[in-house]
Amino acid sequence: MPNTQELQDLVVQVRRDILRMVHKVNSGHPGGSLGCTEFFVALYNEVMDLKDGFDMDGIGEDLFFLSNGHISPVFYSVLARRGYFPIDELNTFRLIDSRLQGHPTTHEGLPGVRVASGSLGQGMSVAIGAALAKKLNGDDHLVFSLHGDGELQEGQNWEAIMYAAGNKVDNLISTVDRNGQQIDGATEDVLPIGDVADKFKVFGWDVLEIEDGNDLEQVIAGLNEAKSRTGKGKPVCIVMNTEMGNGVDFMMHTHAWHGKAPSDEQLATALEQNPETLGDY
Amino acid sequence: MTKYTDQGKQDTRSGYGAGMTELGRTNPNVVALCADLVGSLKIDTFIEENPERFFQVGIAEANMMGMAAGLTIGGKIPFASTFANFATGRVYDQIRQSIAYSDKNVKICASHSGLTLGEDGATHQILEDIGLMKMLPGMTVINPCDFNQTKAATIAIAEHHGPVYLRFGRPKVANFTPVDQKFEIGKALMLNEGTDVTIIATGHLVWQALLAAESLENQGISAEVINIHTIKPLDDKAILDSVKKTGCVVTAEEHNYLGGLGESVARVLATHHPTPQEFVATQDTFGESGTPEQLMEKYGLNNKAIEAAVLKVLKRK
Repeated sequence: MPNTQELQDLVVQVRRDILRMVHKVNSGHPGGSLGCTEFFVALYNEVMDLKDGFDMDGIGEDLFFLSNGHISPVFYSVLARRGYFPIDELNTFRLIDSRLQGHPTTHEGLPGVRVASGSLGQGMSVAIGAALAKKLNGDDHLVFSLHGDGELQEGQNWEAIMYAAGNKVDNLISTVDRNGQQIDGATEDVLPIGDVADKFKVFGWDVLEIEDGNDLEQVIAGLNEAKSRTGKGKPVCIVMNTEMGNGVDFMMHTHAWHGKAPSDEQLATALEQNPETLGDY
Repeated sequence: MTKYTDQGKQDTRSGYGAGMTELGRTNPNVVALCADLVGSLKIDTFIEENPERFFQVGIAEANMMGMAAGLTIGGKIPFASTFANFATGRVYDQIRQSIAYSDKNVKICASHSGLTLGEDGATHQILEDIGLMKMLPGMTVINPCDFNQTKAATIAIAEHHGPVYLRFGRPKVANFTPVDQKFEIGKALMLNEGTDVTIIATGHLVWQALLAAESLENQGISAEVINIHTIKPLDDKAILDSVKKTGCVVTAEEHNYLGGLGESVARVLATHHPTPQEFVATQDTFGESGTPEQLMEKYGLNNKAIEAAVLKVLKRK
């Protein structure tokens, strides 16, 4: 099991991957990707119980579903560095004939991706289905999902939230990335979401909060706490407060980098703030 | 050629229910989902016999489609069922992204399609669903003609890996196909051989086509009748073989003429063997309240409409 320093090094390296990927093709979503880097690193390298090998039958291991598919850069980087596919393939992000589509898909056969996402609000339903299949199969592994906070404006989420509580889908841990930003501005200006934790609680979920989702130790502790609350009759929600653009000073405290790539100079500055650790692809 | 007779009127949705009952007993991976329409979909027996394999999602079709996609991970074969309108148009993007583009082995089973839903009116009578579903890459689209064929199709699609749209209806209609007829996805069925005109029909219009052929025969017109239960993939060869012999074609379906079976047939003919064609279908309109028979009469979807279309297309040969 990796120690915290190794995970911290991985966090910095994943940030570099994200920045270089979106810079190369001058498109993609660095802000939310950077904000969720600690979460992905912790999930895939510390928290989830993954079987050896990378077959995708979905049986006998924990599963993860990314609902807010636009943060594909962080997903791809962490999958590659976990061994799902060659790290060099990050070079092909958003290019023609690539398995690394702008938004994740199973269609090109990229290992690690279990459903297409990008059109928002659909991931929790899929995660619930996978969790129910685990129960039917007598597979006691867990299902994790990640959702943007702005994404909760999509109504399908609330169908899913109602279903999961009403039917005791207690092998599901859904995390909401509460960065408070979406494309057009602050979530509370675009369409107020209010108290996310209260909303999930009222629907019947067990809710916990990660106060600083960019503190790796807090993220690991929060995810482990969530795991300990599974199997008790309620789905578990983590409200995870993050900073969009975390780790790059000029990308933080704004929604401006939701879907914008850095220029050459901006990339150089951003990479200076995140010196190479495990080796660039 | 077998002469088809009505073995007694039954609804195609009960054919779906009967197919599900059999699948419940024979295939442990089959699971069912429904959005608050269990009684209408006739899956009570499946639920009674396999309560752990049934998921009542409530009036939440979008969540149902996503859950169905997720259930495939780990090897389940989900049959997600509701009315055709709510199973397609309402959840098009969920089907597109979470099922079709994600290559998920989900069976979307849609009852109450078309005008024959009847009195509930146009809010519930979808006439666009074949078009919506056939446009999705990788989606198989099936519209069986009677109880026996719907039951056989339900059982057959469990063995087919990939997303399927299975469309059937509400009213009791003639049940005339053999009870033991094997259902082959994508394989058209020749119901009546003829030489003057080809009638290609799907769903409830197949029986109407047989009635029309009988009447035409009395007028000295030899009509070939083909049952296209699978609209995608379409049996191009069966269509071309017949049309090369007869030289003209009438297509018949309970669907808008835009986007339906008729357009799929026209594409095959335009590409390989341009042929005069008439369309028995709704004319880019919504439906309305009424009995199924009244609606099929008013919107030109019965044996008389098929006969009229045949007489018209014969003049264009």
